[in-house]
Amino acid sequence: MALTNKVLRVNLSNGTCESEATNAEWAKKYLGQRGLATKYMVEEVDPKVDALSADNKLIFATGPLTGTAAPTSGRWSVITKSPLTGAIACSNSGGFFGAEMKNAGWDMIIFEGKSDGPVYLDITNDQAELKDASNMWGKTVWETEDMLREIRGDNDIRCASIGPAGESGVLFAAVVNDKDRAAGRSGVGTVMGSKNLKAIAVRGTVGTQVGDAMKFMQAAGAAKQILADNAVTGEGLPTYGTQVLMNVINETGALPTRNANDVQFEGASKIGGEAMHEIRESDGQANLVSNNACFGCPISCARISKIDPEHFTVKGRPEYQINSGGLEYESAWSLGAATGVDDLEALTYCNFICNELGMDPISLGSTIAAAMDLYKEGAITDEDTGGMKLEFGNTKALVAIVEATGRGEGFGVEIGQGSRRMCEKYGRPELSMTVKSQEFPAYDPRGIQGMGLTYATSNRGACHLRSYTVASEVLGIPEKTDPLTPDGKAGLVKAFQDATAVVDSSGTCIFTTFALTMDDIAPMIDADLEGDWSSETLMELGERVWNLERKFNMDAGLTAADDTLPQRLLKEAAKTGPAKGKVNELDKMLPEYYELRGWTADGVPSNETLDRLKL
Amino acid sequence: MVKALHIVVDDCTGCQQCEMACSYKHEGVFNPAKSRIKVFEFKDQGRSVPYTCTQCSDAWCMQACPVDAISVNTQTGAKEVSGDLCVGCKVCTIACPFGTINYNHTSGKVDKCDLCGGEPACVEICPTPALTFIDAETTGMEKMRYWAEKTDQGQTAQT
Amino acid sequence: MKHVIVGAGPAGVTAAETLRKADPDGEVTLVGGEADPPYGRMAIPYFLIGNIADSGTFLRKSDDPYDGQGIRYVQGIAEDLAADDGKLTLADGQQLDFDKLLISTGSHPIKPPIDGLDLPAVHHCWTLQDARDICGLIGEGKDVVLMGAGFIGCIIMEALALSGSNLTVIEAQDRMVPRMMNKTAGDMIANWCRSKGVNVMTSAKVTGVAEDGGKLSITVDNGETLPADLLVVATGVRSNMDFASGSGIDMDIGIKVDDHLQSSINSIYAAGDVAQGPDFSTGGWDVHAVQPTSVDHGRIAALNMAGHDVTYQGSLNMNVLDTVGLISCSFGLWQGVEGGDSSEKVDTANSRYTLLNFDGDLLVGAVTLGRTDHIGVLRGLIQSRIRLRGWKDKLMEDPNLFVEAYVDLTRT
Ligand SMILES: Cc1cc2nc3c(=O)[nH]c(=O)nc-3n(C[C@H](O)[C@H](O)[C@H](O)COP(=O)(O)OP(=O)(O)OC[C@H]3O[C@@H](n4cnc5c(N)ncnc54)[C@H](O)[C@@H]3O)c2cc1C
Ligand code: SF4
Ligand code: SF4
Repeated sequence: MALTNKVLRVNLSNGTCESEATNAEWAKKYLGQRGLATKYMVEEVDPKVDALSADNKLIFATGPLTGTAAPTSGRWSVITKSPLTGAIACSNSGGFFGAEMKNAGWDMIIFEGKSDGPVYLDITNDQAELKDASNMWGKTVWETEDMLREIRGDNDIRCASIGPAGESGVLFAAVVNDKDRAAGRSGVGTVMGSKNLKAIAVRGTVGTQVGDAMKFMQAAGAAKQILADNAVTGEGLPTYGTQVLMNVINETGALPTRNANDVQFEGASKIGGEAMHEIRESDGQANLVSNNACFGCPISCARISKIDPEHFTVKGRPEYQINSGGLEYESAWSLGAATGVDDLEALTYCNFICNELGMDPISLGSTIAAAMDLYKEGAITDEDTGGMKLEFGNTKALVAIVEATGRGEGFGVEIGQGSRRMCEKYGRPELSMTVKSQEFPAYDPRGIQGMGLTYATSNRGACHLRSYTVASEVLGIPEKTDPLTPDGKAGLVKAFQDATAVVDSSGTCIFTTFALTMDDIAPMIDADLEGDWSSETLMELGERVWNLERKFNMDAGLTAADDTLPQRLLKEAAKTGPAKGKVNELDKMLPEYYELRGWTADGVPSNETLDRLKL
Repeated sequence: MVKALHIVVDDCTGCQQCEMACSYKHEGVFNPAKSRIKVFEFKDQGRSVPYTCTQCSDAWCMQACPVDAISVNTQTGAKEVSGDLCVGCKVCTIACPFGTINYNHTSGKVDKCDLCGGEPACVEICPTPALTFIDAETTGMEKMRYWAEKTDQGQTAQT
Repeated sequence: MKHVIVGAGPAGVTAAETLRKADPDGEVTLVGGEADPPYGRMAIPYFLIGNIADSGTFLRKSDDPYDGQGIRYVQGIAEDLAADDGKLTLADGQQLDFDKLLISTGSHPIKPPIDGLDLPAVHHCWTLQDARDICGLIGEGKDVVLMGAGFIGCIIMEALALSGSNLTVIEAQDRMVPRMMNKTAGDMIANWCRSKGVNVMTSAKVTGVAEDGGKLSITVDNGETLPADLLVVATGVRSNMDFASGSGIDMDIGIKVDDHLQSSINSIYAAGDVAQGPDFSTGGWDVHAVQPTSVDHGRIAALNMAGHDVTYQGSLNMNVLDTVGLISCSFGLWQGVEGGDSSEKVDTANSRYTLLNFDGDLLVGAVTLGRTDHIGVLRGLIQSRIRLRGWKDKLMEDPNLFVEAYVDLTRT
């Protein structure tokens, strides 16, 4: 029921917008959002296609719970083939855009082809039209949203757009919605830019219906209660956001520092959640202004920050002296610990720039860290950087290179190619902290073993959000496992991967799973949709989605050889902290993982497995 | 004792769950566009402001109605619209200086907060202390009345 | 204390009810001049299209809303007023004594001096009886001509158009609703109406009406001659105050009242369409013949009659109009003030329009087309004289943000 059963197909080459029925058979097998859109990709796109060509497709997708009263119902995704990794990309976002799209009556929007000139898609309920965006090309995400609101004369529209980074081909460009929420990873914004699609503006007043409303409200109410009572979702995340992790992970000895040369950062406490609460001497205010919720979210982990008006980054620039999306743990790590910079205000500014210009801060920070490593090693010099002293810990250089990358200027162009391509170009591929060409995030697999397997096997390249074993290995959710041992991690990773695939296909946020189990989620989906939906059917569905993504990647030319980690993580032992002396023991986990998955020793799903999953 | 919907702006996280609860209760669908409470978002300030009818004592909407379609629920004090009597003339929508009674294009009539008959769904769902339903005298109704009086057509001198 | 209220429209009924509460010991007599129980003229269009029965237009829906509530209801038409004696004489000879009198007799439509307007198929649409008379003359296949596209004309137009008649609207001025809309907005409304099948003529005058083979034949100064089954005349109204002309009371375009709604004679007050009272926006004196003003007048006049001292800050001219689905509003000084800024946003493709007029950083007038959400805040912004401060610049850039401005400025 809470699928709208409508897909909007937009052909950018011909300028047409057509409505078609959502494939109901596929929806039964793949639920919605990540799963369902991947199915469309598999059916409609040759996996070998050049990601930036007109033949690639770009899908904006909501899930069956998006827009409903289920907790965290604001989630939606962008699915395409990634130009960064060459693998399937599925980047999730929150905010309000997804719910608005759903309320306008659309399960998905499929963009195909490529427009001759810049366009934006204007949607009001069932009316959709491509319009000229020449005057928006070159504008930032923030400017674009303001322009769209004014053009429409309706402050209630919601927008998703790309900034200059997506236009200029930065390979990790994001699609940013609601000014500071982003479908950040894998260059989904780059694909959008390659299609000359600047933005989508949507207003939805149709609303979202569920199958059995009474049952649904009960299930959603129960889930909300659990979230409220849980220490992480009821207290930790609302108070500190994801930044609650900074000091925790540092103490675990798993905070990749200075391009993973170290696993602990001496400046961690200056850039973490607690620091954001501290009153600044300069203006008597804290960096953190408030926390914000996405649509339908009782957790409200999002940070709203204000940069010290006297800080060099914003002094005399009132347009940045606003309250806007503040640091998440991942961005504080990537822009800060990874580069060795401990200036909270500067990092907040860089984060603003990522939102404004449309870039993934994880890939950006990690690539800058790699450049700093190259600089330290002498592989790049002042000549390459245009005089920029790209030293670890150099705040000014960080700020300058972040801006240059977003605008496609100077050495920023190299950074914009991502760490793998840049390190190869300068002859030091081993300095790239990537898997499948995607930069890995804020957990060092030497200190949290399961994350090594997570990164190595993630279908979209290195990523923490495909199986967040940190929950178990560090936080003890659902039960504590030892972060320093590879034992048992294969099963853990598989279970997390499958469960995450379900959540990402449902229209809700993965953060709920700190508190909710599949047994709490299933009743909502069951009340929402036709048919019987139990934890078991859902977990099987998650596994099916995982294997479908794997199939796409294999067909795209990826192999088991790509299921690996940077040599540094496998060879150079952690120097300090609890993991001192450890490397990641991927070789102990990977074969077991393949076996558990029902894949061959070469990591190919066996026919038996495919049959079992009805693939 | 009459209770009032009490809004503490600083506590609102902007999740819009109140809008979903309201539209579900009144329209049977999750649809913020049809909610009688609306959360205004002031992005640059990082501020979200839930906004709805204060059930003001002047009840401009009720007075302006030419067909007696708005009346006071004596139990809750809410000014309620009778769908049967409302002809959809919209005069109440310009008479209310707060803009909290709105024309519904689908029904051809007007909508406003009716306090759900005494158990506001928005209050029940709100995950923060932003919305509460409490004794009218302690809600700081004064502040709401302040703006009412400024618009007043003459009652100020009466009290 | 004997209170008599003459004229039982919204102003009179509101006054009677307010007096009943404010002066519990006084006597309250309400004189209604029409055969129907007190009703709201505003509801007539909905009766015309058959959405409601005639009882749906009644101002009060409870059982026995007058005598049952201690309000003596008398049906009759006032013919003479002897102010010094405190006596009101009705057409049937009845005399009513009063200590305080409220005149709330509203207004009546007028016909311009054109030949043929006395023919049987020519009607006003002002009273419930008019509406009953018109009902049989409209519908699919009927040719209907509406003369006058002012506010009232346009309101009726909606009903006439919805009836399925072939409708032509003739307006002498260069645009529709000229006293409520500027040219841009008036033209947008005209285009909208045309797109909905209404034949709109502006800058056109009816010069004569004749009967021709059972149909009316209407000549227009643009050279056209239109056949019609019905001609509805909506070319203006005049206050009902003739019965008081011998009393010596001050009158101009209406009965002149001060900021307590008291007339030149101490015992007599006036309210509603018949009263020329303080204008909030100009500080001058005017008749604002709209529903919200009539009830505000009725309430405040009654409070003063009951001995309270209530100052009226003046009526705000405001209208909301639905022309075959396009909803428009105007508030206050929509023409702007000298030296004031104005901010305008035209969206022809979507028939949306917003105009804000400022005096310094105060909003003083507004026009909107095509939006209905939280529209009342325009009244709030104007009438509570809210200083816009930083919002002024934002509204100059994007006038559509007025609701956000109001909420931000008043909710902390
Ligand atoms: C078709 C139509 C649609 C309208 N739509 C709108 C609208 O959408 N919005 C809006 O704001 N306004 C609208 N109006 C205007 C609004 O109805 C009037 O402003 C309002 O009715 C004025 O109220 P009142 O009490 O002053 O006068 P009235 O409603 O005119 O009441 C006066 C009463 O006094 C009676 N009377 C007159 N003379 C005497 C006498 N000598 N003795 C005894 N009784 C007498 C009359 O018969 C009448 O019943 C509309 C008017 C009409 C005709
Ligand atoms: S809708 Fe407006 S006028 Fe009516 S009771 Fe609420 S605040 Fe008062
Ligand atoms: S439910 Fe509460 S916190 Fe959420 S938007 Fe409404 S008032 Fe704010």
